[in-house]
Amino acid sequence: MASDDIWILGITMTKFGKRPDDDVVDLAAEAALGALADGGVTIQDMGVLAAGNLMGAAAGIGQQLQKQIGQTGIPVYNVANACATGATALRTAIMAVKAGECDMGLAVGVEKLAGAGLLSGGSRKDDADTWTPKGRYGAVAPIDGRIGTEIMPGVFAQVGMEYGYEHGGATFELFARISEKNHSHSTLNPLAAYSKAMTLEQIMGDIMIAYPNTRPMCSANCDGAAAAVVVSDAKLKTLDPDQRRRAVKVSASVLTSDPWDEGCQQLPNVNTLTRRAATTAYEQAGVAPEDLDLVELHDCFATAELVHYDNLQLCAPGEAVPFFESGATWRTGSTPVNVSGGLESKGHPIAATGIANIWEVCHHLRGEAGDRQIEGAKVGLAHVIGLGSACGVHILEKAA
Amino acid sequence: MAEQVPLVDYLVLGDEPHLQANECTACGARFFDRRNACASCGKTEFTKVAIPTEGVLRSFTIVAFAAPGIPVPFVAGIVDCGGTHVRGNVVDVEPDADHVSLGMKVKLTTFPIGEDSAGTEAIGFGFAPLEAN
Repeated sequence: MASDDIWILGITMTKFGKRPDDDVVDLAAEAALGALADGGVTIQDMGVLAAGNLMGAAAGIGQQLQKQIGQTGIPVYNVANACATGATALRTAIMAVKAGECDMGLAVGVEKLAGAGLLSGGSRKDDADTWTPKGRYGAVAPIDGRIGTEIMPGVFAQVGMEYGYEHGGATFELFARISEKNHSHSTLNPLAAYSKAMTLEQIMGDIMIAYPNTRPMCSANCDGAAAAVVVSDAKLKTLDPDQRRRAVKVSASVLTSDPWDEGCQQLPNVNTLTRRAATTAYEQAGVAPEDLDLVELHDCFATAELVHYDNLQLCAPGEAVPFFESGATWRTGSTPVNVSGGLESKGHPIAATGIANIWEVCHHLRGEAGDRQIEGAKVGLAHVIGLGSACGVHILEKAA
Repeated sequence: MAEQVPLVDYLVLGDEPHLQANECTACGARFFDRRNACASCGKTEFTKVAIPTEGVLRSFTIVAFAAPGIPVPFVAGIVDCGGTHVRGNVVDVEPDADHVSLGMKVKLTTFPIGEDSAGTEAIGFGFAPLEAN
């Protein structure tokens, strides 16, 4: 008898990096057609399309994509949820299938970001001719740089430093070592935007952006897309044995926003909503953190990776520093984290990220990850954070 | 003396400059912006409360790369002022990791940020290390 499980039937990510000859629709089409082919299905089989392109959120990437690969008349949900946009698109498709509105859906995330600079706080208006209070703070002049910082490397630097304030041990060198790990992992990923190992000295000696984050400790702006086809359990049972064998079970699909907490409107609190999403996901999946064979988490900055070890409960509360220092999160460790190279080296084409990290996990669960295969991987977790905030957590399991 | 205006409306000038929050009368949550309702409990009544001017640096970053027009490097941080977290720059200190540290005690300070065409002076705020450090 069919269960209410949802499965990833097909999934793909494009090569991340500089794609000057491809526009967002080209990249979205490459990913979407790739995912459909990977699942052995066509656009005519899809009952819903959820799509995200954060920088072009008003343009309706879903319908633009349909005009290239198939205007079948199905409902399109264009979604935008900061860096969690891809996970939100996937979850939207999952919800539609779970609700019984259709038995198959397509989720796509795409971004063109190669060469983009600071994505927030990268420009500042000149002071006005007269001081006139404006906005919710009654500010008479721009406040970025005058009252703290709006740039993401600085915001997430403070997220990591705050963990150090509360638990100790979070030094510049420790954060740089996290980056060293991810850059090392990326050397095995042919789809990564950057796949060069970097020494600790190179990382610490690179251009400082916002202490303690140097340039290689920041996520790489790049172009890329990812897409996934989801299918109901009942429909999957009617498909070919090969399709069923490669299908990956979505054991948990969770999206949270940040509950109010003191200080969360001064410095975004990326912890509480991640912790809640993880707790709910572990309950949904009936999986414990120690069961995970690999984790792709949102290392938008090296300082962010540290706090999410704790938030995802990969270690005991407050123990993220010794957990990392034990070697647990290297690909040879007990809980490999970001074996793709993470956002720091694989790259972070915003709306693609929340599906690309699921592709990475699926790739290992299917035993198709080649040189970087985590042997015998059966369960994995993918996590994204979009500031504002939104957190997506998915737990995936190999077909029995 | 030139007329003065605060950079933001939650900075109260005068003999004893301080920051002022909107505190929810129902749950005590504090906010620095104009409110529609409380993000913690949803109620809509607020009272103005003065924030202690001394605090502890909970977190910081030293921004070395920012938009044109913003002098770098500068220290941005979060100060715990008697239980209320406040965003602000750490000023009157060398902007490097040898001189700024987590947990350091700081105190609110104000300073002019410039005059407009009418000669009105805008006053900003930051947090300076307490001399006892």
